Amino acid sequence: MSTVIIDEHEIEIPEGKRLNVIEAAQLAGIEIPRYCWHPGLSVAGSCRMCLVEVGTRDAKTGQINMMPKLVPACNTPATDGTVIVTQSEKVQRARAMVEERLLVRHPIDCPICDKAGECLLQDYHFQYGEKERRADLRPFTSRRRDIGDVTLFVDRCVMCSRCVRFAREISGTSELMVINRGSHEEIDVVPGYPLSNKLSGNVVDLCPVGALGDKDFLYQQRVWFLARRPGICTGCATGCSIWIDENQDRIYRLKPRENLHVNKWWICNDGRYGYPHVHDPRRLAGPKRREGGRAVDVDWSALPGELTEKLRGAGRLAAVVSPHLTVEEAYLLCKLMRELDPKAVLALGPVPTVGQHETFPGGFTISAEKCPNRRGVEEILKHFTNGVTGFEQFLGQLEEGEIRCAWVSGGYRNDWIDEDTAAKFHRLDLLVVQDLFPSPLSERATYELPAAAFAERDGSYVNRGDRLQSAPWAIRPPAGVRVEGSLLWELLDLEGLYDARAVLDEMSLEMAYFQAAADDLPEVGIDLKVNLLAGAGSGAESA
Amino acid sequence: MSAFEPVLTANIHKDNSHTLKVYEAGGGYRALRKAVKTMAPKEVVDMVRASNLRGRGGAGFPTGLKWTFLPEGHPGPIYLCVNADESEPGTFVNRIQMEFDPHQVLEGTILSAFATRAAAAYIYIRYEYPQCHKRMQQAIDEAYEAGYLGKSVLGSDFRLDVTIHRGAAAYVCGEETGLIESIEGKRAWPRIKPPFPAVEGLFRKPTVVNNVETLANVVHIVDRGVDWFKSIGVPADPNNPRDPGSYGPKLFGVSGHVNRPGCYELPLGVSARELIDEHAGGVWKDRKAKAVIPGGLSTGVMTEPELDTAMDFSALQSVGCLGLGTGCMMVVDETYPMIELLHNSCRFFSHESCGQCTPCREGTHWAVEIIERIKAGRGRLKDLDLLMEISQSMGIIPGTTICGLADGAAWPIKTTIVKFRDELEELIKQTNPVGYAVTDPVDALEDEAHRNWPVLGTTRPYAASTAN
Repeated sequence: MSTVIIDEHEIEIPEGKRLNVIEAAQLAGIEIPRYCWHPGLSVAGSCRMCLVEVGTRDAKTGQINMMPKLVPACNTPATDGTVIVTQSEKVQRARAMVEERLLVRHPIDCPICDKAGECLLQDYHFQYGEKERRADLRPFTSRRRDIGDVTLFVDRCVMCSRCVRFAREISGTSELMVINRGSHEEIDVVPGYPLSNKLSGNVVDLCPVGALGDKDFLYQQRVWFLARRPGICTGCATGCSIWIDENQDRIYRLKPRENLHVNKWWICNDGRYGYPHVHDPRRLAGPKRREGGRAVDVDWSALPGELTEKLRGAGRLAAVVSPHLTVEEAYLLCKLMRELDPKAVLALGPVPTVGQHETFPGGFTISAEKCPNRRGVEEILKHFTNGVTGFEQFLGQLEEGEIRCAWVSGGYRNDWIDEDTAAKFHRLDLLVVQDLFPSPLSERATYELPAAAFAERDGSYVNRGDRLQSAPWAIRPPAGVRVEGSLLWELLDLEGLYDARAVLDEMSLEMAYFQAAADDLPEVGIDLKVNLLAGAGSGAESA
Repeated sequence: MSAFEPVLTANIHKDNSHTLKVYEAGGGYRALRKAVKTMAPKEVVDMVRASNLRGRGGAGFPTGLKWTFLPEGHPGPIYLCVNADESEPGTFVNRIQMEFDPHQVLEGTILSAFATRAAAAYIYIRYEYPQCHKRMQQAIDEAYEAGYLGKSVLGSDFRLDVTIHRGAAAYVCGEETGLIESIEGKRAWPRIKPPFPAVEGLFRKPTVVNNVETLANVVHIVDRGVDWFKSIGVPADPNNPRDPGSYGPKLFGVSGHVNRPGCYELPLGVSARELIDEHAGGVWKDRKAKAVIPGGLSTGVMTEPELDTAMDFSALQSVGCLGLGTGCMMVVDETYPMIELLHNSCRFFSHESCGQCTPCREGTHWAVEIIERIKAGRGRLKDLDLLMEISQSMGIIPGTTICGLADGAAWPIKTTIVKFRDELEELIKQTNPVGYAVTDPVDALEDEAHRNWPVLGTTRPYAASTAN
């Protein structure tokens, strides 16, 4: 255990942890300002905003010797006996100096800059900067440059080089570079080789000012109108933690949420820009019943009773459980089907797979499986059926003719079923399709139910690393859409409003695989495997 | 003190002094022979340490001490980089050495590589010295042929390869880690320290970077001994145990408003006045010196009364200069306006700043903006205080920047304003009689003359955003 003294705090640094002064200060709840340091990138030490006074405390005598020089906190290790001073006059003057220097040539763009409200230059100016400007005023606005996937407002750049280091170290593509020298330096790309890689959106998060901008989000919304909600990306089986920034139930952007176990600080472009489908006007708008080829609107209040009655008398039931459902919803669906018909067939919905897993030099991996919860759904199916029936196998079973009624859950973002496959459902007396968008299958459905999008659900997913992550709903679904969990809850005759946590509690008792989910879940999720292997609890069987 | 005999420039007036034949005829490679055949590398290091030889490139760091920072028992390879970037304004002595006595430089390199157990040496020559490049390459080729380089130096198991790397016109490549980054083929942004080059340098291996003149001195230390070296120069201050003294000969360049600009080899400790009057022929046109930059632009300025200061590693600090620097002096006479010196200096450092760290990149640019406004007749008295503060933020408060370029930029500003404040205030009052006392920032929208200022960097008045 190492002891570090920061201002008036004494903190312990756990064994084996190698922290710099910025990280040590964070443990003490002190924020040291910086532009260029980022925990996921190499140390540049160039912005000089993190300058602090350090010294050492003699272990025996307790005497403190401070170094005469200011040092950059990002490049100074916090070891046993390190003394850090962040509030002295010297440090304050250094911070004010750096801030003033950055503002001398900075364009007067706040009123038209997207970053306002989450800009480090603004924040540090208010916290550490001088009140009055001493440099000459030459107001100008920034030039804009198209460098590929993102847009660059050249003159706003403070040369922190985070974006250059990201392209070099994390995506491994090195498209971004610094051109010219000294005060003429700018970020640019080699002509003909634009910033174009699957992780390129991350440079916008990294940029401390409004130089790099997201082309999608540009000028769409002021950040102080956005409510930030935690979520989980459902684009692939990596299951990156995200922030959903919404205003009045409309998503304006997704940002990665720090999760050192899953995505660290990053997210791929497919995930980042994977929200327009939520507000796509083509979404199924309300429950419909088809009789004699005509689609008739059904009232939500009448629907549960109607459905229960129809399902009871339908004969052999089947459910296609989509890997887009949360584990709670998948569990409730299977439970419902088995309650209505103890021999109900439960199958896994199609798992969309594109190419191979793609791992980047920084370690980030995009999964080939483009759904968030195959792992979770599989385990639930194993619990109910002692095996996993794949979708192809299920289609075979449909041919045999025993199944009279099927409940198909979808929730896929793209077309997932074609006419030929949909035709295989023709023998059914009753077909319930719960999906986001119309499809050849929904057009044959007896009951066409609108599904909720990922941001509208409460619930948990299990990624391909057996990590369970939970997130509450971020936006309300459009009028006419009822979240699957809520409908299934009512169909199961459960009391009160849909409570995903209660379902997860039940699952953790019923299924060994979900045992670890019994307690309060940390924001970064929980590795279900670890507890199983450790043999926690009784009768735990390894997954 | 006995009459001083030049050693560093002993050969330069001989015909074909740059050839191996002439060099060997004058006793060249004797020191190398002695070291490789009769000494262990550590003995050479000890000799250089004992001599208190200090780096001649500007920082004056004890060379032997720097060599001891190399980690013991490192599997290597260890690299030696010869800093022949010589871009400090006013400095041209390494050029003379490389053009007229490249073998001496090479022998120093090989000796030092032997001492530090370097596997390869890189000579980084600034692009603007093509003749040096040619002559050094010639010397290297001759040395390979004669067995002074290659797989077996003088038949021993010491092997060394020397490669020349040409720069591309950047002052910051003279900074040791800037030089290393440049050799690695990257943008010359100096590295943050720690780690220091002796631990992690070129290609992340232990590296020593030494100046051309420093390495040439190593030849003579090994050849003539530590006692000889210490008989020249200024002894260490007996009251200060940490003072390494200023031993050895130094190449003093003198340029500017003097009758005989040139390179003069003299013991360290000669006074600035003696250097100008007795060696460089005195100030030209029967004028008096107004300001003297003692050792390259970074060291700042001295005034005429201060010229009795000794040119060594410790005395110049007492007159407010950064130090001896490169020991290459620039003299301006009494007719020279100090604003021009200030402008030239700030423009140079702004142009050469690598741009990595905020105080230097922005500070040097801001200083130029202010000075150009003063020259355009829109200066204020407050500007001088502002310039002083900018210079303080660039390294005078230690630790604010990554490398010492900022210190170099700061000292001319600080010394010029402190020592010539009256002249600058007078200039401001005369050229801006109406507005010199104003304290508010100048607003381009209101200041007619301001709009036509020369524009630096990326600032452009009313630049419309060009969306593409």
